[in-house]
Amino acid sequence: MKKALLLAAALAVTTSASAAGKLEIFSWWSGDEGPALEALIKLYKQKYPSVTVDNATVSGGAGTNAKAVLKTRMLGGTPPDSFQAHAGQELIGTWVVAGRMEDLSSLFKSEGWDKVFPKDLVKLISTNGKPWSVPVNVHRSNVMWYNPAKLKAWGVTAPKTWPEFLKTCSTLKAKGVAAPLVVGENWTQQHLWESVMIGTLGSANWENLWAGKLKFTDPKVVGAFTTFGKVMDCANKDASGLSWQQASDRIIDGTSAFNVMGDWAAGYFTTTKKLAPNTGFGWAPAPGTTKTFVMLADSFGLPKGAKDRAEALNWLKVLGSKAGQDAFNPLKGSIAARTDSDLSKYNTYSKSAAADWKSNKIVGSMVHGAVAPESFTSAFGAIIDQFVASKNSAAAAAAAQQLAVRAGISK
Amino acid sequence: MKGLSKDRLWSIAVLTPSIILIAVFVYGFIARSVYVSMTDWGNDPAQALALNPIIRFTGFANYQDLFTGFLQGRFRQELVSTIFFTLFFILGCLGLGLGLALILDRNPRGEGLWRTIFLFPMSLSFIVTGTIWRWMLQPQGGLNQAPTLFGAPPSTFAWLSSTDAIWKFDWNKLPLLTASVVGFVLVVMAVRAARSGDRTRTLVAGGCAALLFLWALIIGPNIKMLPAPELHGFNFALIGIIIAAVWQMSGYTMALYLAGLRGIPEELREAAKVDGANDLGMYQHVIFPLLAPITLSAMIVLGHISLKIFDLVYAMAGPDNINTSVPALNMYLTSFRQNQFALGAAIGTILLILVAFVIVPYLSSQFRTEEGHA
Amino acid sequence: MTANAPVNAPAAAPTAAPRRPIKPGRVVMYALLVLAALFFLVPVYLLVATALKSPDAINLSTTWHWPSALNWASFSDAWSKIGGNVLNSLFLAVTATLFSALLGSLNGYALSKWKFRGANTLFALMLFGMFIPYQAVLIPLFQFIKSLGLYGSIWGLILAHVVYGIPITTLIFRNFYADVPDALIEAATIDGAGFWQIYGRVIFPISIPGFVVVIIWQFTQVWNEFLFAATLTNTTSQPVTYALSQLAGGQAVSWNLPMAGAILAALPTLLVYILLGRYFVRGLLAGSVKG
Repeated sequence: MKKALLLAAALAVTTSASAAGKLEIFSWWSGDEGPALEALIKLYKQKYPSVTVDNATVSGGAGTNAKAVLKTRMLGGTPPDSFQAHAGQELIGTWVVAGRMEDLSSLFKSEGWDKVFPKDLVKLISTNGKPWSVPVNVHRSNVMWYNPAKLKAWGVTAPKTWPEFLKTCSTLKAKGVAAPLVVGENWTQQHLWESVMIGTLGSANWENLWAGKLKFTDPKVVGAFTTFGKVMDCANKDASGLSWQQASDRIIDGTSAFNVMGDWAAGYFTTTKKLAPNTGFGWAPAPGTTKTFVMLADSFGLPKGAKDRAEALNWLKVLGSKAGQDAFNPLKGSIAARTDSDLSKYNTYSKSAAADWKSNKIVGSMVHGAVAPESFTSAFGAIIDQFVASKNSAAAAAAAQQLAVRAGISK
Repeated sequence: MKGLSKDRLWSIAVLTPSIILIAVFVYGFIARSVYVSMTDWGNDPAQALALNPIIRFTGFANYQDLFTGFLQGRFRQELVSTIFFTLFFILGCLGLGLGLALILDRNPRGEGLWRTIFLFPMSLSFIVTGTIWRWMLQPQGGLNQAPTLFGAPPSTFAWLSSTDAIWKFDWNKLPLLTASVVGFVLVVMAVRAARSGDRTRTLVAGGCAALLFLWALIIGPNIKMLPAPELHGFNFALIGIIIAAVWQMSGYTMALYLAGLRGIPEELREAAKVDGANDLGMYQHVIFPLLAPITLSAMIVLGHISLKIFDLVYAMAGPDNINTSVPALNMYLTSFRQNQFALGAAIGTILLILVAFVIVPYLSSQFRTEEGHA
Repeated sequence: MTANAPVNAPAAAPTAAPRRPIKPGRVVMYALLVLAALFFLVPVYLLVATALKSPDAINLSTTWHWPSALNWASFSDAWSKIGGNVLNSLFLAVTATLFSALLGSLNGYALSKWKFRGANTLFALMLFGMFIPYQAVLIPLFQFIKSLGLYGSIWGLILAHVVYGIPITTLIFRNFYADVPDALIEAATIDGAGFWQIYGRVIFPISIPGFVVVIIWQFTQVWNEFLFAATLTNTTSQPVTYALSQLAGGQAVSWNLPMAGAILAALPTLLVYILLGRYFVRGLLAGSVKG
């Protein structure tokens, strides 16, 4: 009996190996996001039927668990053939600076990607003109969600600026809505923070902040922190116990009026909650960010020393192709990074987002790794926590500045 | 006894692999960790994950950063949290464990079953316990819904997400506080030594206490560790984690106490009864003094578990909940998420020092008494 | 050490006393027992109830209700996610336990029956390894396992568990063998038996209870461990504790899955405990009461 178990266990441990071609892709797409990834893998297998695809997913924590596992693997000298990373500084600040990634310039050239991806996006995923990863999808971070019927009942509309938001907030509080805004665990608070910052500072100052041209200790930024503090006064007190889905639920049941969350919430509302866009749930750009598209993207890169480099390159080609992007994104609830995708395949929300993607100013998200390296984002959560507890803007700004210096963003 | 020497050699040979392994994996690695903690490995992201990172020796810079660095407020809160956690966790386990043991000692019917119920959480992983209790302590579910079973409105206590804290103190006052506490302990020691007539000890302890107080009065208030006051206290969010930890570990203290109670000879109890002691008196004068060494062992074992607890917090509140975080969790995140290996090693070393404070005196006293007996 | 004996004989309690009239004190006692049992069992009720609900039936406000329809599929769903990890854990725990039990037995024998000068100091130095916070050795351990080429393989994890298991297994066996009368050894020596003959003929045959205690203890410890599991393995070799933490920390709110997963992850050690509880308690006590 025991022997049989041991044998079974041993087999479970030592599967893989053999087979003609092999490709291991590493991501945190499981659960709700699994089918979209499956669609991509299917497409890949149609083109390269002899390759065995090992789909290694590590779920949980918006990718934080996966990133930890990835790190131990890269350090351990067994990198996956291709892995998911948020496009931009998250990959660059962690792996590119350490010299662990391959430059994808030639791939971008041969596939003509320089032309089909927006310039702002290519800038975000490159250093010194060299792109490091292939963006698969685009999500928008600065979206404010609400329940249209409830807003009508309360007699309010989605505010256009943060000062207006604070007014709406006190109106709602007077009507007995204890927490007009709902936030969840730490990262969703950072997510809100970035919308408040961009909405208060403007997109140009936001870019300067991450280029090191504007200091966090600048009075403008300190003032924006103060606004964020006031916004947080409108929020629920049990935040850190809620996942973003639980926070979204509170919009639907009318406990809270607004939630600033990335547009994956649209997928949650339509697919999981079976609500119709515009009637069951509504959205607007986060206050003060109307003509701005705060972007985050998932992308895949090619680590140096990948065991199956040729297969991995083919995988990247599939990811960047029109067919690949249009197979993946409708299922994921995101839009294609390419500007030439077939919009008929997308839902109501995505169509509106895709229109904005082409026309708006594109800037990168901090909390989702586009503009700030991991060494910044992973420690920034503590600053937000301390700020929410103390509401001391000057101290939070000073801490953020120190962190920016340490992470090499600011001098 | 000549023939024995070969066998003795064998016994040493048998022990050698283990000795080497322990020497490398425990002492070697500790030394290596301490070394890493005194470098800058990971402070520059470009070097952190490079194949051949350039590492420089920086002395105690990382420790200084942890205790006085502007960005490390999280660590300082964790240090405070872990002290409070340890305190309440030990009190909870000892109290509940002793209570249960005393009841079981009175031979209720179905004793084995009761004992099994109280002890089973011990066999679970902290991850399993954490998963269960995370669900129990959801803000709008679980325990908070329990009052509705009796028709009362649901409770709204924010178990794991509360941001409230009590017993806050300014970190800048830490040297002062520490000096006062240690000084107080020294005074007590001096008084006790004076009573037992140990003159040198009285003088040494009293002198040290006087020096400390003098320092606390004159130099202490002028020390500023941080530019601004930084308050740390006991976070309410920890309460839920403490309850879960007590749920898991109090069976252990129960088993210890029960073993101790069963080891008390019946004659002693009878003798106490003959002397006219009532139940209360018997416990007070006969049984509790006999359980004192067990309490000490339990405190030490629980204390070291509590200082290194990490998985329970991870599973219950997630890694990013600063209000429930502990240094052991921070070490993992700092090293393997933020890639600041040197800083992580420094946190690990601080943990080791804390645990060593508890364990080393215990181990050495245990073995000293044993050598004495032998 | 001395604390072990009484727990071995729970049945010795004089429960068969003649029927007495029920005293109020007894009533209070049973009331307290029931209260305490509730504290320990309520989480189990919620665990099972939630695991058996279907995802749509899970609602925070009806947490306490028993599911109207039992959804056994939770378990197969959970198994499909963490089944491979359960097998990893099984292989890991069995292998690591056997190695460390064997080492512990030999060490305990050498330390208790062939005392040499400094044996106690050496033993105390070994024991220290049992109490260290593993965070203090984690980074070098990771580098070391990596340099051996064992990183990501289950064998790296086994090595770590075997090494850090040496102190406790040695402790338990040393205490166990300390009870073996020295006269037995002397008699065997007079018969001309050496180190290995004595171990083979005298010590090993009576070691079965010691082995049971050590194996149960070590199995439970290795099965439940998390920190090494999180740092030394990769996706294919992760044991169940790590997989469960991911299942529970995931984005999905369908709580039946992590609950069913928790049951699967808890079952092996729980069974061991329920079936062999006596030995489990002995290991427990040995961990704190020195020799």
